[in-house]
Amino acid sequence: MVSLVLRWFPGGMSGHLSRFGPPIILLLLLLAAPLVLSDFRVNLLGKILAFAILALSLDLIWGYAGMLSLGHGVFFGLGGYAFAMFLKLEAARGELPDFMFWSGLKEIPTFWAPFQYAWFAIPMVVILPGLLAGALGFLVFRSRITGVYFALISQALALMVSILFIGQQPYTGGTNGLTNLTSVFGHSLYSVETQKILYYVTISFLVGSYLLCLCIVSSPFGRLLVAIRDDENRVRFSGYDPAIFKTAVYVVSAALAGIGGALFAPQVGIVSPTMMGIVPSIEVAVWVAVGGRGTLIGAIIGAIVVNYAKSLLSESFPDFWTYFLGALFIGAVLIFPRGIIGLLRREGWQWPRWMSVARRRLTAVGNATASVWGGIK
Amino acid sequence: MTDPAAWAVQIFNGLSMGSIFLLVALGLALSFGLMNIINLAHGEFIMIGAYTTYSLQQLAIVLTGTSAAGYSYFISIPVAFLVTGAAGFIIERLLIRHLYGRSLDTLLATWGVGLFLQQLARTIFGAPNVQVVSPSWLTATVDITTNLVLPVKRIFIIALVMLCLGGLFWYMFRSNWGRRTRAVMQNRPMASSLGVATNQVDSLTFALGSGLAGVAGCALALLGPIGPSMGTFYIVDAFIVVILGGLGQIPGTILAALLIGMFNSIFEFSTTAVVGKVLVFGLVILFLQWKPKGLMQLRGR
Repeated sequence: MVSLVLRWFPGGMSGHLSRFGPPIILLLLLLAAPLVLSDFRVNLLGKILAFAILALSLDLIWGYAGMLSLGHGVFFGLGGYAFAMFLKLEAARGELPDFMFWSGLKEIPTFWAPFQYAWFAIPMVVILPGLLAGALGFLVFRSRITGVYFALISQALALMVSILFIGQQPYTGGTNGLTNLTSVFGHSLYSVETQKILYYVTISFLVGSYLLCLCIVSSPFGRLLVAIRDDENRVRFSGYDPAIFKTAVYVVSAALAGIGGALFAPQVGIVSPTMMGIVPSIEVAVWVAVGGRGTLIGAIIGAIVVNYAKSLLSESFPDFWTYFLGALFIGAVLIFPRGIIGLLRREGWQWPRWMSVARRRLTAVGNATASVWGGIK
Repeated sequence: MTDPAAWAVQIFNGLSMGSIFLLVALGLALSFGLMNIINLAHGEFIMIGAYTTYSLQQLAIVLTGTSAAGYSYFISIPVAFLVTGAAGFIIERLLIRHLYGRSLDTLLATWGVGLFLQQLARTIFGAPNVQVVSPSWLTATVDITTNLVLPVKRIFIIALVMLCLGGLFWYMFRSNWGRRTRAVMQNRPMASSLGVATNQVDSLTFALGSGLAGVAGCALALLGPIGPSMGTFYIVDAFIVVILGGLGQIPGTILAALLIGMFNSIFEFSTTAVVGKVLVFGLVILFLQWKPKGLMQLRGR
């Protein structure tokens, strides 16, 4: 019996367990969560899982292809807007949506009209972010802009798109965004059942995205991405054009981020430009870094841990949360650069020298104080 | 639109905005040219400089009554330079040098520092914006014609930036530390093996760049309100300047800052602020297709 099982798993039982064990355990926990958590917490977890898809998409290009995008919130937001436009038109029931009326529009703009059909709006969730990423990626990677330069350009993209959306009040709802989304395919967004269904839909998309990323990174294409990350020039000298592969993976990543946004919108009932700005975009990087970049499951775990901690901490200590987040950014690169996954794999902490020296001195001072105190007593 | 005086005012505003971008971007360009890192907390150094100006003015009001409050501004320029320079020095020593060679990680870690500093300012000074009272003679205007009115404030800012620029050029091209800095920029291992203390050069240059951002904070305190997140308004423009200017090149940075300042103000004038910013961004991306390394680049060797 045992030998039969072993024959089914040529890599050895333990190898497969360590590879697929954590994702399966995590999936079972997530599936069981609605049984124990309150409806509020399930809804919260659903939003966080939409963020997890976003984290996964960033990890794909940062952890594997070495491109740190500080503007991934833009693609998340575009996906969210595409689906929310559909929901908004559904909520308006054939009439002019409220914010257009307030801004003085007389009829629905032509580019809005097709979004009343699900067959148009749902593909747009991946097409819009994909097109933007394709255009920017083609221009940027073709001129061999890499590393820090790419990070800064993507950050500028986040700023530009968010201010553009804020500025176009009649078409995008301005600062408020698209509000009062009431139903999806006729099911009220305020009902617990709909939110629970959305939760399970989000899980299934998360699993799908995870498997897609797993396929990509374990394919020859994925190996090439890792090679580009480690030495782009060497890949170029070997006869590949890195720009094509980088653009391709950037487009896939943007499309995944768009799916995350589209799942996020109905669970919150609103999309706004604040989710596309510089600040939320760079926070995605810290989720990935905390979980462990370059490991797909790490991105998911990081997104869940950081966001759950955020909602717990910022409910009670909003000021403290910002300090904590700042410390998390520093700690995640300085002290545990491999993230939670690295700690689980016992790769350990990497204290900078001054910290370990300070720790030693503090201990020495502590010991001295203790002995002096003992002498006085 | 067609009035030449109105255009002259726009160009003048662009020049003064560009000179502030320049002050901010110089620090970024220096540390990028030297250590290949970008400091995302650079905007918070602007904020520290501005709050230093504010604190000194409040101190002057408490000590001497309102009469001397205007003069405190001039004292605050060197003080802001020293305070933000010291802050930069500490951050370089404690954090950035441990991330040497990991430029993407440095981005994230310095963003964390920036968050921390913003929240610190919010805790100390409160979330609402504060205001610095300008010295009285700076609020005057120079009337060249009836249509062409230039505020003295902006002329003063341009002069201040010229002064800083002169100081920087003296430091880089006439002083011993500047010579060492240029040596490390050109070839770090070679400079190191010839006895240049590269880690001291790193700290000093980073502190210098931070100090310049602090002076920019002083200048911005004249123009608008001071708030904990004021740095984020200017920093992305400064990044675009650095990208357009080329790898850590001071002349390229100067040219890029003036160009971005001009274009921003001209586009804002003929369209809206938002469309202006987006147009500038698009133009920079297109320009990089033609010259990927920016306006000026270090000759390879």
